[in-house]
Amino acid sequence: MNLFKFSSPQTFYPLAGRLAPLFWGLAAVLGAVGLYIGFFVAPTDFQQGDSYRIIFIHVPAAWMSMFLYLVMAVWAAVGLVLNTRLSSMMATALAPTGALMTFIALWTGSLWGRPTWGTWWVWDARLTSELILLFLYIGFMALHASIDEPRRADKAAAILAIVGVVNVPIIYFSVKWWNTLHQGSSVSLTKSPSMAATMLAGMLVMALAFWMYSIAAGLTRVRSIILERERNSAWAGAMQEN
Amino acid sequence: MNGSPLLAAFRRDVLQAWRRRADWLTTFFFFVIVVSLFPLGVGPEPEMLKTMAPGILWVAALLAAMLSLPRVYGTDYADGTLEQLVLAPQPLAMLVLAKTVAHWLLSGLPLALMAPVLGLQFGLEGEPLTVLFWSLLLGTPCLSFIGGVGAALTLGVRGGGVLVALLVLPLYIPVLIFGAGAVQAVATGTGAGGHLSLLGACLCIAAALSPWATSAALRVSLE
Amino acid sequence: MQWGSLENFLNMGGYAKFVWGSFVVTAVLLAGEVVLLRRRHRAALADARRHARLGRDA
Repeated sequence: MNLFKFSSPQTFYPLAGRLAPLFWGLAAVLGAVGLYIGFFVAPTDFQQGDSYRIIFIHVPAAWMSMFLYLVMAVWAAVGLVLNTRLSSMMATALAPTGALMTFIALWTGSLWGRPTWGTWWVWDARLTSELILLFLYIGFMALHASIDEPRRADKAAAILAIVGVVNVPIIYFSVKWWNTLHQGSSVSLTKSPSMAATMLAGMLVMALAFWMYSIAAGLTRVRSIILERERNSAWAGAMQEN
Repeated sequence: MNGSPLLAAFRRDVLQAWRRRADWLTTFFFFVIVVSLFPLGVGPEPEMLKTMAPGILWVAALLAAMLSLPRVYGTDYADGTLEQLVLAPQPLAMLVLAKTVAHWLLSGLPLALMAPVLGLQFGLEGEPLTVLFWSLLLGTPCLSFIGGVGAALTLGVRGGGVLVALLVLPLYIPVLIFGAGAVQAVATGTGAGGHLSLLGACLCIAAALSPWATSAALRVSLE
Repeated sequence: MQWGSLENFLNMGGYAKFVWGSFVVTAVLLAGEVVLLRRRHRAALADARRHARLGRDA
């Protein structure tokens, strides 16, 4: 089987259409299992009480936000170097989901921090880096949206994504360093309380669910992007189903 | 003779900027005005101003450097010179390097020279003042290099001026942290050596990588 | 069942505001994205078909 066959948008469109429901289903099942473990199997934490249950979505969302940026940049770079349109479309399709994950990580992190640290927002290295990551996502989408010619937008956004990926470790390092210098009498934020096995299991299952969700959302969005860009071709107009 | 076209590009940029002095002076005075606004906003309490000074001066420098970005390639793009530069036999990255150095000389260096004077207004004295100068001297070229990528990406793009802020400011954060951190560190007596070395490292990375990214972006913008 | 009653479950040991604030907002955001994705796909399909019809007529 020739895998490169699927690198053309026209052949990938129906394939993505068949794969997307599978991933939506996996996301739903894993999400249900993860929530069950998170709420009914995992015990109450003796230190944080039940507020710790926020990490069942906070940690997976934070993981996905970083992972998706990396995947997005890789697709964008492939599209730039090999000049494959589909790769660039994949990068564009992942950006909004990545930004959403980043926002969820920030939102839940803030709600977790209020009872745990006593404040809605801490200029902690991880929270700050996450905020900057959100800015990077927004920059990518804004640049892509403000260039009308799709291929030029793809390439410009790809360069930005690559520059961003080079910068992310530097940003993270600098913020971490800045944070350790400025940390006054506040609580130690890096302590990792020993986690019960069921808590860890719940978190991992939720992480898988978020992962499947992201793939499903990416595939669904890339289908729309393919149609929007190929709307003048005969095959796109012949698509009767959804 | 290999260097002469680059030198010519550099000289041309400096000369052009000299003829349009008002453009660059605007950036410079923007920096001065923004810095002067802070005491009016937060109050004249000397101790507080002293601790805030490095951050204020550095953030103002970031904004000023960003404000001057659209001009780096903007005029050349508008009058078609840029297309000639891209087609020139010299490697585009080298021409970008020459233009970036010219940009720094006209926008970054004046900020570094002016900052100690403004620092005096905030009660900085002695060593923190010299460190402020050195941190800006090392940091502003980083801003020119990183900003060049953003400037090249937003050429001829709708709302380019605001967009460039969105793209470039997050990438400026490490420079801000190390730059302002250097001054704060020396003010609290821990020594600025580490911060300044890291700023130097940032400059090396930016100088080595950003001309390539900028020239790639210029090619995309001119497609 | 560790909660005993629905009330205890909803109360989340006193942290209801934070826990449900996180989970409900996340659910709403994800559901919102799904709705937007569907709407976008339907619009793209309709647009492609319209373009095809225009192409045939011309």
